[in-house]
Amino acid sequence: MPTRPKIGIYWCASCGGCEETVVDLAEDILGVVEKVDIVFWPVAMDFKKKDVEALPDLSLLATLLNGAVRSSEQEEMVRMLRRKSKYMIAFGSCAHTGGIPGLANQFSREHILRYVYEETPTTINNEKTRPQLRFAEADREVDLPEFRHVVRSLDQVVDVDYYIPGCPPTPNITRSALTALLDGRLPPKGTVLAPDIALCDECPRKATKPADLAFAEFNRPHQKLLDPSLCFLAQGIICMGPSTRSGCDAQCTKGNMPCTGCFGGTTRVKDQGAKMLSSLCANLVPKEEEAIDQVLDGLPDPIGTLYRYGLAKSLLRRRMDLPMETLPPAG
Amino acid sequence: MSDSPAQTAGSWEPRIIAFFCNWCTYTAADLAGVSRMKYPHNARVIRVMCSGRIDPQFILEALAKGADGVLIGGCHPNDCHYAEGNYKMLRRFRLLRRVLDGMGIAPDRVRLEWISAAEGDKVKTVMTEMVEKLRALGPLGAPDKFRDWDREMEEFEHAIQARQGQEVTHAH
Repeated sequence: MPTRPKIGIYWCASCGGCEETVVDLAEDILGVVEKVDIVFWPVAMDFKKKDVEALPDLSLLATLLNGAVRSSEQEEMVRMLRRKSKYMIAFGSCAHTGGIPGLANQFSREHILRYVYEETPTTINNEKTRPQLRFAEADREVDLPEFRHVVRSLDQVVDVDYYIPGCPPTPNITRSALTALLDGRLPPKGTVLAPDIALCDECPRKATKPADLAFAEFNRPHQKLLDPSLCFLAQGIICMGPSTRSGCDAQCTKGNMPCTGCFGGTTRVKDQGAKMLSSLCANLVPKEEEAIDQVLDGLPDPIGTLYRYGLAKSLLRRRMDLPMETLPPAG
Repeated sequence: MSDSPAQTAGSWEPRIIAFFCNWCTYTAADLAGVSRMKYPHNARVIRVMCSGRIDPQFILEALAKGADGVLIGGCHPNDCHYAEGNYKMLRRFRLLRRVLDGMGIAPDRVRLEWISAAEGDKVKTVMTEMVEKLRALGPLGAPDKFRDWDREMEEFEHAIQARQGQEVTHAH
């Protein structure tokens, strides 16, 4: 009996939604499980790191890796899995473009650690204790991974062969990507395994998108009763559809919520946020600075809106004026 | 941008990418040249057909690849050869300033000016002012920053390679 191809599934800085989407394949997952050996999947199966380390290099057909890379441990794991895998596949927005964790690239490491360990409303930490990289007690020494300054997409750490986009990737694109992988019908290296056209193309509201959009104001979804059939842009709601890749079957717009851009841009887009900024602003009504600024006030968090999933992989990557401080020596 | 003033001398010189519209500002820069006006040579001018053609991606890419500032020149309001292009640029510019501010880049590193074909002297004034402004702000140095940021992964990679080296030695 020929051996079945080995697959690994691993997570880094992620929420677990991508793991969930594998299970969301429902009965189709049985078809996948029949054809492969899952040799590593910490969320669902009891294999250890040393089990994978013991395998020869390139013995896995593929690793599906979800989550952004933020800690030294994650770096170590993705490097190890890269060595073991013929194909490294970035699975989901965080691995693809940094995702929601990538928004932390607006803040310094010190700011984040201070807030989390000292300042959140539910924290009592009078001694201001922080995790240390190494801690020795009696005859034991314990290590903790280092929290990096920068959140990175997977391809900013290791070489990536394919990308499956989405927050989380939808079952349909996951299924077709896995089928392509197992059948050996793979496109050129570096391809994002989803259609290379904007979301508007598959949005049921497409026909109602006006040729002459004009924003006199921006509304946020909770501020307005949303028309379930009219293009969101025509309602003054920011919908990232025009600068976002399709393939999700327009699930959000079908559910009466605007697109927030989780599939990232098409191959023609270098910077999803800048591209959306370009498209939105071109269509504002006012022509004078003051009136323009007033409309823009309706967009209180431009980076969080335009770069919600893609800040780590954007042209600027991270706030430019943040320090790169070194952690205090291990105590 | 290897032939930049910043790299030919030890002292730093601001690098500017200037996007000038074909109909007004580029012609004005031409006029400044023909009139033998002198202004700092820190800018690389890129001619575009209209300021409305300047995708914000171009501006961010210029900054990410090592420009210290970006200057945009277009036709005065109501003078756009294509009627609306300069307004589109103005609106993009207003939001881009907010994004730059959020990304820790002084918004003044990107400047938008309306310069008509007759205003060669304005090209000179704006260019001189912008160079002064950038000198005061200092280098943006995005490529150096990217390198600095990624250095935190190097030590670790070396450690892994060293460990693998040991394992190989043990194996033999």
